[in-house]
Amino acid sequence: MAESLGLKMGRANLEEFAATLADLARADGNVVAVTSDSRGSGKLGPFGQEFSGQLVEVGIAEQNLVGITAGLAAAGKRPFGVSPACFLTARSLEQIKNDVCYSDVPATLVGISAGVSYGALGSTHHSLHDFAALRAIHNISILAPADNFETRGAIHAAAASDKPMYVRLGKAATYSLHGSETKFEAGKSIPLRDGNDAVLIATGETVIHALLAAGQLARGGIACRVISMHTVKPLDVEAVVKAGRECRAVLTVEEHSIHGGLGEACAAALMQDGRNVAFRIIGIPDEETVTGSQADIFRHYGITMEGLSEAVTQLVRPA
Amino acid sequence: MTDYALALKAIQLRKKTLEAIFEAGAGHTGGGLSCIDILTVLYHRILHVSPENPSDPDRDRYVQSKGHSVEALYAVLADCGFFPESELKTIGRYRSHFVGHPTRHVPGIEMNTGALGHGLSIAAGMAIAGKMDRAPYRVFTLLGDGELAEGSNWEAAMAAGHYRLDNLTAIVDHNTLQITGRTRDVCSNEPLDEKFRAFGWAVVTVNGHDFAQLTAALSKPAEQGKPTCVIANTVKGKGVSFMEDVARWHHGAPSQTEFALALIELDAAEAVLEGNR
Repeated sequence: MAESLGLKMGRANLEEFAATLADLARADGNVVAVTSDSRGSGKLGPFGQEFSGQLVEVGIAEQNLVGITAGLAAAGKRPFGVSPACFLTARSLEQIKNDVCYSDVPATLVGISAGVSYGALGSTHHSLHDFAALRAIHNISILAPADNFETRGAIHAAAASDKPMYVRLGKAATYSLHGSETKFEAGKSIPLRDGNDAVLIATGETVIHALLAAGQLARGGIACRVISMHTVKPLDVEAVVKAGRECRAVLTVEEHSIHGGLGEACAAALMQDGRNVAFRIIGIPDEETVTGSQADIFRHYGITMEGLSEAVTQLVRPA
Repeated sequence: MTDYALALKAIQLRKKTLEAIFEAGAGHTGGGLSCIDILTVLYHRILHVSPENPSDPDRDRYVQSKGHSVEALYAVLADCGFFPESELKTIGRYRSHFVGHPTRHVPGIEMNTGALGHGLSIAAGMAIAGKMDRAPYRVFTLLGDGELAEGSNWEAAMAAGHYRLDNLTAIVDHNTLQITGRTRDVCSNEPLDEKFRAFGWAVVTVNGHDFAQLTAALSKPAEQGKPTCVIANTVKGKGVSFMEDVARWHHGAPSQTEFALALIELDAAEAVLEGNR
């Protein structure tokens, strides 16, 4: 289906991250990776070999990973703390809140194999809470790139920023969604398709499914806008409100709990703009998450071309 | 600064710490008094820090992991000229930067601390950065013995040993009391020296109120290729008889009478010191 839209398969965002970090490290000796036995999962094995002096391994100790990352940042380094999102944003949440955000150091935290990337490993390894947890903490941007281009953009934005940033990456290969003319700016969403019947505001690895759904809906006469909301916080409120004013229905899509994530952020933006628009949050419901591959779980919860098409249709053309 | 001058300074700083807590109506009295001799030695004999150039990349770093003893740190920093002493009157007041735990809004403070078990990791990160840069600075952190129940300390201790961070010194304000009572009764974490040694540290135990011992232990790393842990045996509430070694004084401001009595004792100690000169 993606190929029919002219999309080409890229590599995993994790791999793009590792390559981008290597480029940054080559140019700036202060760029440092901090890992918690996560070099393999973070695709940072080659990085560690090429930049052995710019990698700090702390072992399986995520609290220390974040504390050391904060200390490195305070002492003039540009550290990227890399660990599976499930552990990084739960076990070390207090270190993120205090050592990184409250102390306001230029540290980037990279949550790898996020969402249900580790779907079959069970809920211990799912991170469906990270947007919610971090959205409620002051002074950290939250980015969830949809493809390699957005990943590279997010990592460059993190390296250039003096502020804390969280970048959430999946481990599946992703389709390239953007043309060469697209510019990446943290906090500024990217429109992927125009339309005013409905809008799908999606983030991370769900964006491709929103785009495919819009293609299918177009064949049925429904013009669906698609927005890649790569930055969950600070939210591109302008784009959300504009979509809410121009479209008959707003649907949000995320690989996250339906509580506290992109959907609720968009709902708040729309409500506060006085919009009473047909609205639906699509994500992982508040239940013991089904297990299986990421694709299985997406299918189970309707985060697929078919599922999203159906959800849009229900909102736009109620039976 | 001579031992005599340091001792005098420490008594004056005890008074300023108590005054700050009394004025604020709240604060961590016992732990402040137990660590003030350590802070006095650090800021007057050890740390290369200066209020004129507080962001010098080569400055020594001090991270107060036991952040609740912040009033003592404020008193020391004011005395060193990082900010006017009058600002201590704003502790705990609406919109004051002088909150009940350290923040970087206050000149001279490196990191925001106060949740326990964070400072050692941060200090280790700074020490690793120093090693990477081959920088001359040393990194110090002050831990409470009760605080060492936080498991994150031991993650940091392990990494510091692994990376042979001899530019890192952790001082344990070993006053043996926490808010509930004796640390060994609450949940014993002794023997601390053996634990740190097992994690690859060089350990020195000193009387935490003895300026000469503290100076010797803090002047240089105890052993090349190892982080140093200085276990400073202290008395919570040190210097005020009715506060000494009493868990109740972990947190809480003295009453008007208690404050007056404390000042009488400290004035007397100052007079004795001057008389013995």
